[in-house]
Amino acid sequence: MEGEMPQPAASAPDAGTPIMPGDGKPSLRRFLGDAVNMFKGMGVTFRYIRKPSRVVTREYPENRETLKFPERFRGQVIMPHDANGDHTCTACTLCEKACPNGSISILTTKNTASKRVLGAFVYRLSSCTLCNLCIEACPFDAIHMGAGFEMASYSREPLDLILNKKEGR
Amino acid sequence: MPAPSQQSDVRGEGYALPPGFSLRETRADGSQEYFLNMGPQHPSTHGVLKLVVRLDGETVVEVVPHLGFIHRAIEKMGENETFVQYIHLTDRMDYLSSHINNLCVCMAIEKAMGIGVPERGEYIRVVVSELQRIQSHLLWWGAFGMDLGAVSAFLYGFKEREKITALFEELCGARLTMNFFRPGGSNADVPENFPARVKEILEDLKFSLDEFDVLVSKNPIIRERTLGVGALPRERAINYGCSGPVGRASGIDFDVRKHDPYSVYDRFQFDVPLGKHGDCYDRYMVRMQEMRESIRILEQAMASFPGGQYRSKEKPAYKVPAGSYYANVETARGLYATYMVSDNSFKPYRIKSRSPNLSNLSAINEMSQGGKIADLVAILSTLDLIIPDIDR
Repeated sequence: MEGEMPQPAASAPDAGTPIMPGDGKPSLRRFLGDAVNMFKGMGVTFRYIRKPSRVVTREYPENRETLKFPERFRGQVIMPHDANGDHTCTACTLCEKACPNGSISILTTKNTASKRVLGAFVYRLSSCTLCNLCIEACPFDAIHMGAGFEMASYSREPLDLILNKKEGR
Repeated sequence: MPAPSQQSDVRGEGYALPPGFSLRETRADGSQEYFLNMGPQHPSTHGVLKLVVRLDGETVVEVVPHLGFIHRAIEKMGENETFVQYIHLTDRMDYLSSHINNLCVCMAIEKAMGIGVPERGEYIRVVVSELQRIQSHLLWWGAFGMDLGAVSAFLYGFKEREKITALFEELCGARLTMNFFRPGGSNADVPENFPARVKEILEDLKFSLDEFDVLVSKNPIIRERTLGVGALPRERAINYGCSGPVGRASGIDFDVRKHDPYSVYDRFQFDVPLGKHGDCYDRYMVRMQEMRESIRILEQAMASFPGGQYRSKEKPAYKVPAGSYYANVETARGLYATYMVSDNSFKPYRIKSRSPNLSNLSAINEMSQGGKIADLVAILSTLDLIIPDIDR
């Protein structure tokens, strides 16, 4: 904006006027109006008591088995393995470069044909911000965001994960 | 105001404490002013904000905010991350407007590189931003009720907010730190049931907002505690740089969506609600009306929700040409701006965020002077502060 701040427009809705009449000075009318409004507020509460179907409370630790996660839910990074226990990671390190926090380290090794393959996919959940950038960077669909949110642990060690079950081929 | 006494000069000659730290002399009747540390663990400071309050009995004489408890050097961290990686750090500033903060960084990158956004991408941005605004105001409404002693308001507010949060969870997988927008559009397209879900939420919300009015807006106790409390005149609000609902409650007719339209906001009809006196009740009513205006925008956007691409062609890497770039948006709390300087590389040379909360907080001393300490809680609540946004 250049120059002076614009003056209040006359057409804009006026939020400054109290919505109840008689605000500001004590009067019998105001007292009665206040009393009516207190009961109206209580009426909302009683409406919810009468209709328990509108209550949305879910009992969390008890419903743990039936919890549903949306398809795009961003829990911790997982590496899906097929029926043979193979993954599709080629150790291209694009996810490692995409990670803003250095949570991913790709350790490579050589297979019997002396080709560079994935040795260990080190994933540090403790420094991960679950930003989804590694999954977006992966051209081979080798990593996903898994469901689950109970990631607390008593020490750091359980949060340093190796995601691949065996070395790449 | 008499000069600070020599008694309070605890560090000796030549080391007088700054004004906020000195007490006046003990009066003839033995009464004295005293300090009260409000926070950093006080529930109504909504985070790790510490207010050093100088009190005379129960009357507030001076309030000095102490910042820095949650400083994470996000701007400095941004210099070591690529432009796209920086987007997810802005989630962690104003975490209730994370989509809108993401949008601001994306807009600055788009300006720098001349990236266009498809029609559908722009509409997704507006719809998601407005949902975020409503979601943030709903949380504020619940917390406001709880600060003033109405615990059930918190539950009603969260019940409504949960619907929008669940929608965001389906949209981008996260409930708070979204990281959804990207330069040129968004990370993913909206799910198929998204328009239907939004319409459903809006219908529920219209009913709930009327319910909220009955529960809190018309409640005599709430009105008694907010009417005329913490008034901030228009000129002072401009001087402090207040923006958003705090500024508009004081009568500053400024909304980035209206006066410097970004994305496709210029296509929608909506009003900018204004207050007259700038007291707590005005700030409350401005936010309540803003939710209704957001519903208006959302209804117009959903009526003309276009098909097609959601993101223009993705670049393998975002190398921003040398120069400085600025983009600003209206978050739920006011003017949020990103100023980035690039030296033609993949990482910003310097990145600066202008957060609305720091400016809004700076007015707290003037607002609360002369009031009671219970008024200070109401003022803090209607300022709607997000502390990580102040400290960054």
